[in-house]
Amino acid sequence: MLREALLIARKDLRVEWRSKVTLGHVAPLALLILVVFAFAFDANARLLELGAGGLYWVAVLFGGTLLIQRAFDVETEDGNFDAFRMSAIGTPSLFLGKSLGVFLQVVLLELVLVPGVVLLYNVRIENWVLLLAAAVGGTWAFSVCGVLWGAMAAGLRVRATLLPLLLVPVLAPVLLAGSRAFETALGVRADAGWTWTSLMFVIAAVHTAIGLGTFGFLLEEG
Amino acid sequence: MAQVPDTKHMTATPATRVLGAVALVAVLLMVLLGLVVSPADVVQGQAVRMLYLHVPSIWIAYGAFVLTSFSSALFLMRSRRRHDGGRHYDRLAGSAAEVGVVFTGITLATGMLWGRVTWGTYWQWDARLTTTVLLFVTYLGYLALRRLPADPMTRGRRTAVMALISFVNVPIVHYSVDWWRTLHQKASLSVGRRPEITGEMYWTLLYSTLAVTIVASWLIVHRYRVIRLEELRDEEALEALIASRLKEDDVQA
Repeated sequence: MLREALLIARKDLRVEWRSKVTLGHVAPLALLILVVFAFAFDANARLLELGAGGLYWVAVLFGGTLLIQRAFDVETEDGNFDAFRMSAIGTPSLFLGKSLGVFLQVVLLELVLVPGVVLLYNVRIENWVLLLAAAVGGTWAFSVCGVLWGAMAAGLRVRATLLPLLLVPVLAPVLLAGSRAFETALGVRADAGWTWTSLMFVIAAVHTAIGLGTFGFLLEEG
Repeated sequence: MAQVPDTKHMTATPATRVLGAVALVAVLLMVLLGLVVSPADVVQGQAVRMLYLHVPSIWIAYGAFVLTSFSSALFLMRSRRRHDGGRHYDRLAGSAAEVGVVFTGITLATGMLWGRVTWGTYWQWDARLTTTVLLFVTYLGYLALRRLPADPMTRGRRTAVMALISFVNVPIVHYSVDWWRTLHQKASLSVGRRPEITGEMYWTLLYSTLAVTIVASWLIVHRYRVIRLEELRDEEALEALIASRLKEDDVQA
């Protein structure tokens, strides 16, 4: 199963490498969102420092949603899901592979966003281990949820507007936990950063289990 | 000769008419108890009357979402086996979700009005308010997905998976927001705990829960039938369209 999942992820990353959408379009947009937040807070340095963790995860949400949309557009435009159904690749492998592909692309996006937050909002990373753990847990939770909901909206004419409506309420605990964990890692608040990080890993595990069990239903037609 | 009633296209039977009449009487009695018989609260004053609708509404909403999830699970289990794919479970899930969304909306509206009187503001970033609004939006998304034009079985499977994930997500959202902050008063009624209220208020609240349950059941039954009629209409329209095209082909031949 893992070998098949890696094949799918490699295919998605190859498509991304050729199109350069993450680095060329989504990452600049996410950085722009960080700049626009400064307008909203009237460039108040203290407010931006306090909200840096939350603003980071909102930028990840915006950028990541576009990446999920794209991960399914490339499959539905050419009817690739029909090909997957006829191939020997199992739906759990497909789910894991798509999730891994989205995860690595969102990590790429975050590699641009973290320096962006540090430089633009003038914050210092106090706890690197916590920051990394929170980023990994939150991003995996985001990816598996995104792939599940992305499959639900795939192929629909209104997918561009429907996906965020479906995704954001489900991701609310991830956004909340990610913001709190990052604020602790950035030294903005002395809170239970590791508890929030653990919550993200629990959410990720629950949704991975659901995805492995139900992804096949989402791809069935008729 | 007496005409045979077209039961296929009916939205009511004698049983549901009786249920409707009972629901109407139950609501009238609930209004009487809530607005006249039950006294004002020492602390909350007249605002306490809002709770006779607010508390039952959220109970019904939770119950409706549980019904949606169970029906969705049954639909997924049957969708690959039975000749009709267990579509009645899908209809039941859809009708329960609609009623759940309506009662979640009522909970939010009455809660905000109660908050304005008691807390002095319509909205507080309290755990239970935030959880409820997220629940509301989640199931609005579910209904949006149900309304999209698609093959009924494909759409049914997608919405069933969504209902199951949403159900699993409810406690996660609840506890995460609860850790974040809480201001809301403790539940007025809960299983295995002494109630926070007593006397006429307690009985009015219990009775209101029963009355609202009857109304919700009546709504779910009717919504189920309307969904079935919508499906029949679509199927018959499709058959008529195919027949007319075949007739055109015969004329041309």
